[in-house]
Amino acid sequence: MRLPLQGQPYAACEETEFIKMFFQSLHHFGDYILLQKRIFTVPDRWSEFFRRFIDEAGSLIIGSIAIVVTISLFIGAVITIQTQLNVSSPLLPAYTVGLVTRDTLLLEFSSSIMCLLLAGKIGSNIASEIGTMRVTEQIDALDIMGVNSANYLILPKIAAMVVFIPVLVVFSMAAGLFGGYLVASFTSIIPASRYIYGLQSYFTEYYIWYTIIKSFFFAFVISSVASYFGYKVRGGALEVGKASTDSVVVSSVTILLLDVILTKLLLQ
Amino acid sequence: MIEVKNIFKSFDGKPVLRDISAQFHTGKTNLIIGKSGSGKTVLMKSIVGLIKPDSGHVLYDGKDFLGMSENDVKALRCEIGMLFQGSALFDSLTVLENVMFPLKMFTRQSAAEREKRARFCLERVNLTGADRQFPSEISGGMQKRVAIARAIALNPKYLFCDEPNSGLDPQTSILIDELVRDITREYNITTIINTHDMSSVLGIGDNIIFLNQGEKEWVGTSNDIYTSTNEKLNDFIFASNLFKTVKEYIDHKND
Repeated sequence: MRLPLQGQPYAACEETEFIKMFFQSLHHFGDYILLQKRIFTVPDRWSEFFRRFIDEAGSLIIGSIAIVVTISLFIGAVITIQTQLNVSSPLLPAYTVGLVTRDTLLLEFSSSIMCLLLAGKIGSNIASEIGTMRVTEQIDALDIMGVNSANYLILPKIAAMVVFIPVLVVFSMAAGLFGGYLVASFTSIIPASRYIYGLQSYFTEYYIWYTIIKSFFFAFVISSVASYFGYKVRGGALEVGKASTDSVVVSSVTILLLDVILTKLLLQ
Repeated sequence: MIEVKNIFKSFDGKPVLRDISAQFHTGKTNLIIGKSGSGKTVLMKSIVGLIKPDSGHVLYDGKDFLGMSENDVKALRCEIGMLFQGSALFDSLTVLENVMFPLKMFTRQSAAEREKRARFCLERVNLTGADRQFPSEISGGMQKRVAIARAIALNPKYLFCDEPNSGLDPQTSILIDELVRDITREYNITTIINTHDMSSVLGIGDNIIFLNQGEKEWVGTSNDIYTSTNEKLNDFIFASNLFKTVKEYIDHKND
């Protein structure tokens, strides 16, 4: 924080810093929008776009399946145990555990929390990859050749993320519910049949669509924000690291903010 | 021919290029030389369009680059090859794929034709047998040669080299210089090299522009350097003991 000048109160100094930060954020936002304009153009070569799309889907998405399934499996199991602890009342039927586990996973965990995790894993990967290409002049080389570097590098990543993150989210739901089933099967906290009955009770199909719709938005945020921070890197390795961290922070906050807005719009 | 007219550029109010006008001739190796921070890279990046100058004109064979439409710029870019300081090869592609890349993006050639052309370019830079290796698996000198092969793959009319000798040993450095000079003459290209390597300056400088603190200080050929009376140029060129000794020897011989 900047120290106040002689005779300047602390509050005024902080206010100046706040205004500066506000304008910096506006500047970044404007830059981000202009970058989207360069990204969303017709690719120079569709064959090259599809080749890169497949590559990105392989490296970003396939490489994340194991971590998504593992985390979801354990979280599903934990939610089941904790729900059972909190609703162990003779007034509530045993199947409530399955019902609450299902709704928790479907409504919040598999989309929002999973995308927060992916913002860390995939987002930092994208930002550091593009950032390294920037500092080693590979992006300049593309621009000099007349290739729209933003479109060539970023569009396949965004497309792969928007198409396949919802698939990962579906995997996450299935793995989470299965984690709860394993707990019910191998412990005596709730009979497995009650758990399954709970999963089927009062089921609202729309919740799945709600989760998938949210994940489209989150996938776009993760890939486009990370790409922006990577693409705008200036300097060296230190700045690439900073861009990677900044991309995770900004994507996470944006995901949470969008989560509130989308929940309000889609569920009420 | 490339011509720059009255180029001005400043960053955060600090002038980096001041009223630079110069001509870069076809079929010749045109060198931009100067100390670190003299504005060489900014001038080169302004010419290729990576940096937009505050004012001035960049003319490619008489056509103003800064006033061109997006499509014209794209067409012109296919006629430009560039060798970057760090080679800037694509890490994820093999040597052969790197050279084939511009052909893939900008020609309708079949895969076999592209490969044939890429192999020809690699042979032209005396690099065979490394086509299946990745850039990280080959030496710095080989990387530069791959970058030259990639730069000439589309038969460019203009070739830009940003410090082509940096990080290379003197012998490899001379090989790269000779390669660039030979390619320039063979294909009648307008080549602009940005360097502070004295052996390049004296060896291949057909047309040399010396920048000092963002201003054009001197223009001439490598032969003119020995007889130049420009103090700033002499201070720069003959800063090293080796070149100082050569200069003294030549002066002594002339006396």
